[in-house]
Amino acid sequence: MLTCKQASQLISQSLDHPLSWSQRMQLKLHLLMCSACNRFKQQLHLLRAALKRIRDQIENDSSIQLPSDVKARIERELESNQL
Amino acid sequence: MTGNTHDWLNEHGDYLYRFALARLRDPHLAEDVVQETMLAAIKSNSFEGESSARTWLTGILKHKIIDLQRKQIREQPVSDLINLDAEDSSMDDFFDQSGHWLDKPQTLNMPENSLEQKQFLSVLDACMNKLPKKLKAIFMLRDVHDEDNEFICKELDISTTNAWVMLYRARMGLRKCLELNWIGA
Repeated sequence: MLTCKQASQLISQSLDHPLSWSQRMQLKLHLLMCSACNRFKQQLHLLRAALKRIRDQIENDSSIQLPSDVKARIERELESNQL
Repeated sequence: MTGNTHDWLNEHGDYLYRFALARLRDPHLAEDVVQETMLAAIKSNSFEGESSARTWLTGILKHKIIDLQRKQIREQPVSDLINLDAEDSSMDDFFDQSGHWLDKPQTLNMPENSLEQKQFLSVLDACMNKLPKKLKAIFMLRDVHDEDNEFICKELDISTTNAWVMLYRARMGLRKCLELNWIGA
């Protein structure tokens, strides 16, 4: 039987690579009986989903721009690097 | 300045900045990598015009971002930071001796509107800054930049075991911090 500590490790690992069949079965069994670990799993998935959503939003927010003084500085850097 | 790079900065500078900001979370770092990207672009001869300039520039930017994360991760030997024993003592804060949760995880709620997202992000940023630099860097590479495990292990020259231990510790710390500080809990 998995402890919650072991289950939490498997839940984290499952975010990055597939678990073995036996690990999946043991985890499934544990999750059937443990609401705390289910909430932990939910927390990790939420964290990942929220980060992804926020990342996409920032990437697509055309009101976010390179500050003009920074742009000017970069232009100066580029010019001084021209051969 | 050649016609090309001036145009590139005007046409793509903002996009590159957003791309970097979305992944680095720090405006100054984002500005720096955009600058480095433009410098690398003018020095490079490899753009032939086949793919779009934006795709090409974004590729360079991605590498600059990873270089930054790699630097942070390599500042210290991995062994300083993680204990690879089966019983990771730093996790004792979260579990009792029989492996039960000391404080049971609560339900977190997804930020709904853009105000909540802003608040969530600032709580998350604060929580990430509490992590040891190394853990923060690998967490960002995986969960913010969305690079896969194989890529991370190869780029950082670490084993998959090291990677999962560090990601586990980062996630355990972050979710606890979120639980304490995010009102959606």
